[in-house]
Amino acid sequence: MTDTATAPASPRTGWKALDLDTRLLGMIGAFIVIAVAFDIASGGRFITPRNLFNLTIQTASVAIMATGMVFIIVTRHIDLSVGSVLATCSAVMAMTQTAIMPDMLGFGLGHPLTPWVAIAFGIVAGAVIGGFHGYLVGYLAIPAFIVTLGGLLVWRNVAWYLTNGQTIGPLDPTFQKFGGINGTLGVTGSWILGLAAAAVAIWALWGARRSKIAHDFPVKPVWAEVAVMAIVTGGILGFVALLNAYQVPSRVLQRRFDAQGLTMPEGYTEGYGVPISIVLLIAVAIVMTVIAGRTRFGRYIFATGGNPDAAELSGIDTKMLTVKIFALMGVLCAISAVVASARLTNHSNDIGILDELRVIAAAVIGGTALKGGIGTIHGAIIGALIMQSLQSGMAMVGVDAPLQNIVVGSVLVLAVWIDIIYRKRTGARD
Amino acid sequence: MATPLVELENISIAFGGVRAVDDVSLNLHAGEVVGLLGHNGAGKSTLIKILSGAYARDSGTIRIDGQEAEIRSPADARRYNIETIYQTLALADNLDAPANLFLGRELTNRFGLVDDARMEAETRRIMARLNPNFKKINEPVSALSGGQRQSVAIARAVYFNARILIMDEPTAALGVHETKMVADLIQELKAQGLGIFLISHDTREMMDLCDRVSVMKNGKMVGTERVEDVTEDDILSMIILGKNPKAAA
Ligand SMILES: Nc1ncnc2c1ncn2[C@@H]1O[C@H](COP(=O)(O)OP(=O)(O)OP(=O)(O)O)[C@@H](O)[C@H]1O
Ligand SMILES: [Mg+2]
Repeated sequence: MTDTATAPASPRTGWKALDLDTRLLGMIGAFIVIAVAFDIASGGRFITPRNLFNLTIQTASVAIMATGMVFIIVTRHIDLSVGSVLATCSAVMAMTQTAIMPDMLGFGLGHPLTPWVAIAFGIVAGAVIGGFHGYLVGYLAIPAFIVTLGGLLVWRNVAWYLTNGQTIGPLDPTFQKFGGINGTLGVTGSWILGLAAAAVAIWALWGARRSKIAHDFPVKPVWAEVAVMAIVTGGILGFVALLNAYQVPSRVLQRRFDAQGLTMPEGYTEGYGVPISIVLLIAVAIVMTVIAGRTRFGRYIFATGGNPDAAELSGIDTKMLTVKIFALMGVLCAISAVVASARLTNHSNDIGILDELRVIAAAVIGGTALKGGIGTIHGAIIGALIMQSLQSGMAMVGVDAPLQNIVVGSVLVLAVWIDIIYRKRTGARD
Repeated sequence: MATPLVELENISIAFGGVRAVDDVSLNLHAGEVVGLLGHNGAGKSTLIKILSGAYARDSGTIRIDGQEAEIRSPADARRYNIETIYQTLALADNLDAPANLFLGRELTNRFGLVDDARMEAETRRIMARLNPNFKKINEPVSALSGGQRQSVAIARAVYFNARILIMDEPTAALGVHETKMVADLIQELKAQGLGIFLISHDTREMMDLCDRVSVMKNGKMVGTERVEDVTEDDILSMIILGKNPKAAA
């Protein structure tokens, strides 16, 4: 028990004082390398506001589900059914818009409450399906692999029956705003959001520092703290500037002015700004990060993943915990279903097909360990972004679809291997 | 004589065909240390896990302060202020010492969020008392040595003001100095009026620390004796032969 290692209060100096997350930096670095490589290969078409805007809206749906998959994998489970659950939630929401609200409940077409009721029904459906999976896993002790493999088949085809196999659309115009290009905050709204986000981030960093000082724990030097705040603020505002730089095509603007019976001023332009689907993703990311790090629920998820017996002996109800984790996954599938179907402007049978693989790959590339106990929300989101940039980048430079899949599959294996090496180097025993 | 703090009465549990604990009775008074001895697989851990709520017994009664106690889960046991240091330590390897110490009983702030800073401060406070050399507060416990892990488990059991403390081989991974510290701790807690069940294979140590020792063999209770009434050899022959020389005499 004699412990000759580090004195805790030794202040770090220079570069190290920033105390940055090297894994996070590594993933951001990987993304930048991919982006630059495709930009060169495509003759400068990858790093453009237009492409990066599209990349974010294509990533949103998988990224939202990947945050939930982190909790599932951390507790040593797996969920193979997310793509199918997404389809069922999407079908429920589509039917609510076209049949339940207008006919069965008699509100007629285009009632203002329709999109919100649809979303509520979708979320309830997701929670119930996920909770049921969790019950089978937690209380009946059927392995999650089997339960959700069954669910993969079941819910894909429940979705089919709900809609009689038909494509349902177009969806409610308000509902469609959650899809991406059809719903953005605009330039001013995006700046307001960006500044608010930066303010909250600074406040949170400062609060964490004050709480450390209050307990006499070592803190970074002030310059390092300010540097981190500057990096975070720069990142947020840079992201907003990028999305604001993507201009709404003039014919779309023309149509908007025509619809209101106005004439468009000469030289009028407008940027898209932050898509509502991204606002949704950010909200999900914040909530999930707080759950993971700052709530008992999150603490129990990680404890159970690290040592299920220890969790149980500490009085944690691991069965109920499993139900909650899967129910949360179901809710996130429903939110993703809103984003995905709104982006397509309709519900189709093949919505969400193969998403389980993308979602699991995103979580794993983002550093979630399949043996449980380890994983981060921001990692999974960057994992989703890396997967999507590979896919769209290859499509952009004209790689055949089969070869795209070969590359993505290989990258998944490679990423996990790099992760193993990284963990050995940094000395983490798992 | 005062009502015992804990009375275990005719406790039995079987795993499949194995009668791991077979009709065992034992009690514990406040301010008393009762030792459990016996071969590997004798049923010591299983018996105390019934008291700590980890296993649900097949039959028998548990009384606390003379009242029948409904202990069917670890959470139940905690409500009766029973704290346990498990032989396997029961630590979540991926979490740090404060997270393990407060697992299941996290301190929260006014928003209901876990207050890591306060838990860390409390952990530093108790570790300063139990193991002043312990410095790896912020590392996952997988990065600790066996003895360091054991001191985290001990800290967890001691922190929450237990009335009944169960220690299943608490010194198995400890060095000489640290073992001495645990012995002192046991004396201190005993003086505060805790009742302690102690399991160990070190007969010498048990004779020093315990007021009474019980010997188990093949799930059955061989006998319970006050330490001043028996010699170390008596205890050894109880462990090996499974007979109580006192009772035979
Ligand atoms: N969860 C379990 N499932 C099946 N059998 C078990 C279980 N726990 C214990 N046993 C069996 O019960 C018997 C008693 O085990 P127990 O762990 O109580 O022994 P012990 O006296 O603590 O031994 P040791 O000194 O090795 O720690 C053994 O035969 C063991 O194999
Ligand atoms: Mg044992």
